[in-house]
Amino acid sequence: RYLSLLAGFPMCQVDEDYHDELERAGAPSVSKQCVKCKEATAAVVIRVGDTFCRGCFKEYFIHKFRAMLGKNRIIFPGEKVLLAVSGGPSSCSMLSQVQEGLSQNAHKKLRFSPGIVFIDEGGAVGQSAEERRRTAAELEAVFKATGFPFHIVPLEKVLDLPSKVLMAAPSPSEQPAGAYKTAVGHFLQSSSSSSSCVTQQEEKESSLPDVQESSTPLLQRLMASVETLTAREDLLSTLRQHLLVHTARSEGYSKLMLGDSCTRLAVKLLSSISLGRGAQLAQDTGFSDSRFGDVTLVRPMRDYSAKEIAFYNRLFSVPSVSIPSLDTKAPEKASIQRLTESFVIKLQADFPSTVSTIYRSVPNLPELNRTFYNPRPCCSVCAYTSFNGVFWVRTCDEQAAVRYRAPETADVRTLLCYSCQLTIKDMVSQSPCTAAGSALLFPKSTQEEKRKHVLVQVCCPLFRELVEK
Amino acid sequence: MAAPVAIHLEFGGGAELLFNGVKEHHVTLPSQSEPWDVKQLLVWIQRNLLKERPELFVQGDSVRPGILVLINDADWELMGELDYRLQDQDNIVFISTLHGG
Repeated sequence: RYLSLLAGFPMCQVDEDYHDELERAGAPSVSKQCVKCKEATAAVVIRVGDTFCRGCFKEYFIHKFRAMLGKNRIIFPGEKVLLAVSGGPSSCSMLSQVQEGLSQNAHKKLRFSPGIVFIDEGGAVGQSAEERRRTAAELEAVFKATGFPFHIVPLEKVLDLPSKVLMAAPSPSEQPAGAYKTAVGHFLQSSSSSSSCVTQQEEKESSLPDVQESSTPLLQRLMASVETLTAREDLLSTLRQHLLVHTARSEGYSKLMLGDSCTRLAVKLLSSISLGRGAQLAQDTGFSDSRFGDVTLVRPMRDYSAKEIAFYNRLFSVPSVSIPSLDTKAPEKASIQRLTESFVIKLQADFPSTVSTIYRSVPNLPELNRTFYNPRPCCSVCAYTSFNGVFWVRTCDEQAAVRYRAPETADVRTLLCYSCQLTIKDMVSQSPCTAAGSALLFPKSTQEEKRKHVLVQVCCPLFRELVEK
Repeated sequence: MAAPVAIHLEFGGGAELLFNGVKEHHVTLPSQSEPWDVKQLLVWIQRNLLKERPELFVQGDSVRPGILVLINDADWELMGELDYRLQDQDNIVFISTLHGG
C-alpha cells in the first residue's frame, strides 16, 4: 500500500534531477515581481519561482479556502459547523477565513452557521491555573470579536464523558447524489422568504467553567502514567478528539472543522505509519472523516502549507495565541512525532516538493469499505474501524454488543487497535522510573490492579462498564 | 567602517519562548569594519539575545528549517537571505512554524 508513497518520495531519486535544481536554487534569479499581476513587488515566495505580491496573495489564499469547501460539497447550507480552534496559527487562520467567507455578499458567501470550540489543555501540559486563565481570556477576546457562539472546554471534562462517545451514532441516512443541490435550493427559498438570516447568532457563550478541583490531578496522573513523550502525545490527541466530538454532538453540530495544514498532515501521515496507525491513514489525514457517524470531521486547511499560513497571519494581522504544548522546547529526538516533523521540515528545506508529495499520496490510500462489516468493529479508544479484524471485535451497535459481550476475563487490550494497545502498554510498563511513580500513585497494588486502575478510573471511563461487568 | 545599525527584531509562532517570551526587541548593532548582513545578525542574536537551546533556533550558519524570516514584511528569499545587507530601521521577523514553537 505504501509503495506508491515511497516511490514518490524525493529521497529515492536524490542523484540526478534534484542536483540540478539545487544548484539553480543556489544561484537565485528570483524575480521580484508578482507572477500574477506582474506589476506589484513580490512579498511571498510560495513555491520555487512562484512569487506573489500582497494583494494577489490575499486573493489566492481566500479563493483556496472557498474552493476547498465548494469542491467537496460536504457542508450543507445552514448546517451548524463547529470550528476547533487551538489558538495556533493554522486554526486561527481557518477562523478568519470562515469570518471572511461569511462577510461576502451574494453567491460567493459561505452559508453555514459556525461555532467555535477551544479545548484548554493546560492541565495536561502543566500550566498553572493562572496561566490557563490568562490564555483562556486571550482567546475569549479573539472569539468575542468574531461574534460566533463559542465554547471553552477544559480537557479535564474528558474524564467525565459518557461511554457512548465512541459509539458511532447512526449518521442521518446516506445522502443521495443530488442531495446537495436540493439542499441549496431549499436554503435559497427559505432564506428569501423569511428575511431572518440563518447565520444570525444567538447570544450564547460559555466561558471557562471552573474545573473541578479533583479532576486536574487526575488528568495529570493520567499523563504522568505514560512514560514516553510519543505515547503521551498520542494519548493527548486522542483525548482531545473525544472531547471535540463530544462537544460537537452535545451542542448539536454535525460538522467539526479541524485546522490541519498540509505540512502538519504530511508529518502526521509519516508519524502515524511509525505509530502503527497505518490502516487509519485515509481517515486521519483525508478531507473528511466520518468514523463518528453523526459528526463528520472536516479539514479545510489541508491545501495550505505552514508557510503560507504564517505569512497570511502576519501580513493581514490574524490574531493567534501561542500556547506551550507537550513538545515545546523538546529536543529533536524526544518523540516519534517530533523526529518525523524535523525530518520532513529539513527535507523540505532542500527539496521543496517533499510536503506536497507526501500529502498528495493521501487520496491514493484506500478508504475502508463501510458496508463490508455490519456491525463494524471499532477500537474502544480511537474509534478506528477495523475492516479486516486485526483486533478483537467489539461492536458499536448496542444490541449486538449484548451478543458479543466480552468474556469477563477478557483483556481490555483486545478491544483496542494495535496503536492504542502500544500506548496503553506504555502506560503500564514497568520501567524503574514508572515503577517508582506508580508505586506512589497506587501503593500496595498488584500490576494487574494498577493496570485496571489506570484503565478504569483514569484512562477512559469508557472502559468502566466493560471491566466492572 | 560602517556606522551602527538600529533595527527592530520580532519573534513569533513560539520562537519568542527562546527569548524569555519577549516578542519585540529594538536593538542597535555596533559599528564594525564590514557592513552588517543577516548571517552576522544571526551570530549576534545567538550571542546577545538567545536565552536557551540555540539548536532550536539556528542550524549551521542559517536559521533552523521551519523558521520563517521576513525582512520588512517580505519573504527573505526575495531579499537574498543570509547575504542581505541590513539597513538602518529594518524590521526583521522570525516566525516558527514548528509544532509547539
